[in-house]
Amino acid sequence: MEKSIEEINTRIRDGNARVVTAEEMPDIVAELGEEGALKEVDVVTTGTFGAMCSSGAFLNFGHTDPPIRMERVWLNDVEAYGGVAAVDAYLGATQQSTTQGDTYGGAHVIEDLISGRSVELRAISRGTDCYPRRTVTSTLLLEDFNDAVMVNPRNAYQNYNAATNSTDRTLHTYMGLLLPNSGNVSYSGAGALSPLANDPHYHRIGSGVPIFLGGAEGMIVGQGTQSSPATGFATLMTTGDLKQMSPDFIRAATYQGYGVTMYVGVGVPLPVTDLEVVRSTAVRDEDLMTTIVDYGVPHRDRPAIRRVSYAELKSGKVEINGEEVKTSSLSSYKKAREVAETLRGWVEQGSIELALPTRHFNAAKRTHPMRETKVVPMVREVMDPEVVCITEDEPIIAAATRLLRGETNHLPVLDTDGFLVGIVTTYDVTKAVARPDDRLLVRDIMTRKVVRTTPDEAVDIAAQKLNRNNISALPVVDPANRVIGMLTALDLGKLLGGRWQ
Amino acid sequence: MKLMVSFSKKKVREPIIARVVKDTGVLINVERARIEPGEGEVLIDVPNGSADEVSQKMRDMGATVRVLEDAIHHNETECVDCGACISICPQDVFSFDDDWNLVLDQKRCVLCGRCLQACPHGALSLLR
Repeated sequence: MEKSIEEINTRIRDGNARVVTAEEMPDIVAELGEEGALKEVDVVTTGTFGAMCSSGAFLNFGHTDPPIRMERVWLNDVEAYGGVAAVDAYLGATQQSTTQGDTYGGAHVIEDLISGRSVELRAISRGTDCYPRRTVTSTLLLEDFNDAVMVNPRNAYQNYNAATNSTDRTLHTYMGLLLPNSGNVSYSGAGALSPLANDPHYHRIGSGVPIFLGGAEGMIVGQGTQSSPATGFATLMTTGDLKQMSPDFIRAATYQGYGVTMYVGVGVPLPVTDLEVVRSTAVRDEDLMTTIVDYGVPHRDRPAIRRVSYAELKSGKVEINGEEVKTSSLSSYKKAREVAETLRGWVEQGSIELALPTRHFNAAKRTHPMRETKVVPMVREVMDPEVVCITEDEPIIAAATRLLRGETNHLPVLDTDGFLVGIVTTYDVTKAVARPDDRLLVRDIMTRKVVRTTPDEAVDIAAQKLNRNNISALPVVDPANRVIGMLTALDLGKLLGGRWQ
Repeated sequence: MKLMVSFSKKKVREPIIARVVKDTGVLINVERARIEPGEGEVLIDVPNGSADEVSQKMRDMGATVRVLEDAIHHNETECVDCGACISICPQDVFSFDDDWNLVLDQKRCVLCGRCLQACPHGALSLLR
């Protein structure tokens, strides 16, 4: 048995459609069987509510008198992209205020507008014969715009990695606060309630499908940017009318130390047309797996710690290397439920009709990394391989002599086996000489916690280490912890100038 | 019960906590201490039955004592019940109820302030 979309829409119009949320579907299928569920259920609603950085809105302001071609546009001091047309701009959710930094951004402007608050528009232009005006300032409400159309390039990830942090310092990321030494795990996504988790083969999700977006009826434009269905990481490009949206389902947010983002509510109603829809909507949190990855490693391909199900993540704790680690989500499951429930109400009341995709996703598409024609230099390319070292048993005076002779300010300190155990600087030696006490040997004055780098580390990461620790040199060590070079701020300075050519 | 003890260093030169423990025999758990050049603030946990006695002793020595009830202000309008605060709290103040509403166990809070940093929606603040 199969059901046509017309059949389902007729039932919706007549108010007879049986609508359930994706959370209820597994039990229904378990009880009635697949055929029974297909007969009984007409629509399954899904929902998710989480941070979706890749969001924003096209705004049309209307023409001024005399007219202006707005080249640079700010709304409440947040710059919108004006390179679209005379009085159009695209306001990105993550763009930050020029005056308030990460406490206010594009997402906040959008939330202010849909909450009925006014925003200040400023724009500048060179002035042309057809658009002579050069500046404009105005205070606008959402209703003053001709158009305010949300177009989100990348929403509702099918799956997203969970995050932890193996380093010894707290990280501030788009996955939230990650405590040192894998002290917590953060994750995102509504699990079995998520739209794409309920249609993993993109059978009923595609271009033209009506959805819930930010409290309004929106539409799937097509595959989202960076969508990678072949690896199970599909995304949606969505659109909807900002004027119909609600601050209940669009919320500005700031991740401290990372920046502004926007929480968006997205829900897709899935017409139960055939057994494939029944099977895919019967998914449970236990069946949905993701990977906990280590955000402490500053590379594109971060190491996987382990596979984990959404059921485990939602339980509040997972086990990593035999230890229990607390989990928390960045997306709101309560709000995801609200999205799915609201959408259920719309279908039941007949205020939304369903449609089949006018274009299906390309399930073979996979995202690839950027083709970099000019690679980031590695530490080995700029380090100084001539290193003057000292051992921990030598007197301080020997360190002074070596610093002078080596014309350096940093001496890595080695133990008798030649492994790095500390570092002394000109300052340490000067201090020891100026305040003579019983500290006579290098080991008495050296710093034991040495910040180090490796030859294959990107110089950007080494530079970040220098900055963060407020130091000016890093010993370069091989895997055995033998010093094979030094990287100083001076070496990094040599890179400047050629960098952007 | 949690008590917030504040004192100016000028006024209080004595080791207040040690003195109170010695005099009353009440075991005091220091959960947090902030000592500045001129003043200090210590968050202590004492058995409920001994709170009055301890408070009185400390006041007699010149400190200000107040019972800490609601340490964190949770703005429910801003909060979206995401739960970003849950795993970073060292005291397990935050959790979800059965309906995925965020709930707070204020009594556990030691005012570390980490949740303020973790909340993406600015829904948490410390009551001073």
